[in-house]
Amino acid sequence: MPMTKPRTPGAELPAHPTFLWESPTPKKRYDVVIVGGGGHGLATAHYLVKNHGITDIAVIERGWLAGGNMARNTTIIRSNYLWDQSTALYEYALQLWEGLEDDLEYPILFSQRGVLNLAHTLQEVRDSHRRVEANKLNGVDAEWVDADGVRELCPLVNTSRDIRYPVLGATYQPRAGIAKHDYVAWGFARKASAAGVHLIQDTSVTGFLTTGNRVTGIRTNRSDISAGRVALAAAGLTSTLTDTLGIRVPIQSRPLQALVSELLEPVHPTVVMSNAVHLYVSQAHKGELVMGAGVDSYTGYGQRGAFHIIERQMAAAVELFPVFARAHLLRSWAGTVDVTPDASPIVGPTPYENLFLNCGWGTGGFKATPGLGVAFAHTIATGTPHRLVAPFSLDRFVSGRLVDEHGAAAVAH
Amino acid sequence: MQLIDCPWCGCREEIEFSYGGQAHIPYPDNPAELNDTQWAHYVFFRSNPKGVCAERWVHSAGCRRWFNALRDTCTYHFIETYRIGESPSFTSASLFPVTESQVSVPTEAGDRKTQ
Ligand SMILES: Cc1cc2nc3c(=O)[nH]c(=O)nc-3n(C[C@H](O)[C@H](O)[C@H](O)COP(=O)(O)OP(=O)(O)OC[C@H]3O[C@@H](n4cnc5c(N)ncnc54)[C@H](O)[C@@H]3O)c2cc1C
Ligand SMILES: [Zn+2]
Repeated sequence: MPMTKPRTPGAELPAHPTFLWESPTPKKRYDVVIVGGGGHGLATAHYLVKNHGITDIAVIERGWLAGGNMARNTTIIRSNYLWDQSTALYEYALQLWEGLEDDLEYPILFSQRGVLNLAHTLQEVRDSHRRVEANKLNGVDAEWVDADGVRELCPLVNTSRDIRYPVLGATYQPRAGIAKHDYVAWGFARKASAAGVHLIQDTSVTGFLTTGNRVTGIRTNRSDISAGRVALAAAGLTSTLTDTLGIRVPIQSRPLQALVSELLEPVHPTVVMSNAVHLYVSQAHKGELVMGAGVDSYTGYGQRGAFHIIERQMAAAVELFPVFARAHLLRSWAGTVDVTPDASPIVGPTPYENLFLNCGWGTGGFKATPGLGVAFAHTIATGTPHRLVAPFSLDRFVSGRLVDEHGAAAVAH
Repeated sequence: MQLIDCPWCGCREEIEFSYGGQAHIPYPDNPAELNDTQWAHYVFFRSNPKGVCAERWVHSAGCRRWFNALRDTCTYHFIETYRIGESPSFTSASLFPVTESQVSVPTEAGDRKTQ
């Protein structure tokens, strides 16, 4: 038998950096204060600098930078949503991803390896065809592939007819893929910090200072900070902040779990997602199989979820990918995701004229990071919602103009 | 796996139950008089507290009856379960965090901006 030299996992990845950003002492006042140093907060800071020339910015993070959902997500990036409003936003983001490494001058390991969204029932087949056609009309690369096509793209998938939920086909978006979430966050943080943005870690925002219908600053566990404008990018913790202002936001914070296997040789060439069996899988650059589950059923801020969710997810994984039965689970974790009634985000103004809201991305906001950054920065800088986020305002729940993406986003990320 | 105490059946495994969201939300007394904002709050807006909250649960793989529970959303610990129509014995100011007066009806300014 020929011997191949064992590959050192991660050998081709860039070395870990030492320091990429400063940790300054907070000033007493900033033009813009962003609450939450996840991907969205950091990207928003970057585009406020880049597109609007605003640099007097603080990003306030209660823990360590990008240690929330940004550090916990399964990094799937795609734009094959159903409705025009969503496709416009996610496709814009995808185009930014395609040039993000150059913009940030930092490796983000964006890998356009394609995403398969499996269909297991006749209804799912019909819905998938409908979504493919809608995507094509919106200029998104999308195609329908049958079970043989699935096997060609990802030979590991069990496409036999005698499994509990046979694979009848899939939608395929070739330009979709994954990126390395930590590097994305670090890339944005590095750029923002170099431009003079203050990234303040270990500081919890506990409330707001207000005068009439203006927010004049934030309270933190360290000291108060005055602000010309305040932008919320606190994901699952958003309602703990808006509650202090009496603003109700229709989000429910749920645990969402994921897990990785030990490091393996490359076996899985693409990204496979299945709504019906609540599973999505890719193989990270270093070699771990990365698998996500469906959301846990109840409100939960504990950053951990129920074991039976993982158990069901593993059952589905082993049936769809029989070879995975040989892999060992290395670790599992959860984030706190902010789900909305229509599975679409909430971005835009609030009853306070200089307070801006960004939340409700639920299980799927990583892919939007650069697009949201541009649109939210525009909204904050000009005081007018960017056209790409205008349909996602809080008042759609009053007007009834919901953007129902349950089919494209409920389990799928 | 955690056990949930169904008020009719006793302690059973969590997988037998389904979650029904925030409890104690009465149907409006005067539905015909509600405006769109008030309807939106009845239909879509629920409190999302970090801490103890009152919730509806159903024993879907058991007696299939609904009941209420007080549960801590940080620890996921069930403090108490009680039947529909009953009141919990545990009380706390944070239990029903959003009162009528806190329900924010977007201001004129807020409304205009988002159009
Ligand atoms: C397991 C899992 C898998 C996922 N998979 C995908 C996927 O494949 N594709 C995809 O597109 N999306 C995915 N998501 C969703 C995605 O991670 C989120 O939608 C996105 O990260 C949210 O934006 P963010 O990065 O800014 O959030 P976060 O990283 O959560 O940032 C919010 C930050 O705000 C901070 N904060 C909160 N409150 C305060 C306060 N009071 N004061 C100071 N700071 C505060 C938090 O500490 C946190 O760092 C997944 C999520 C999870 C949990
Ligand atoms: Zn029962």
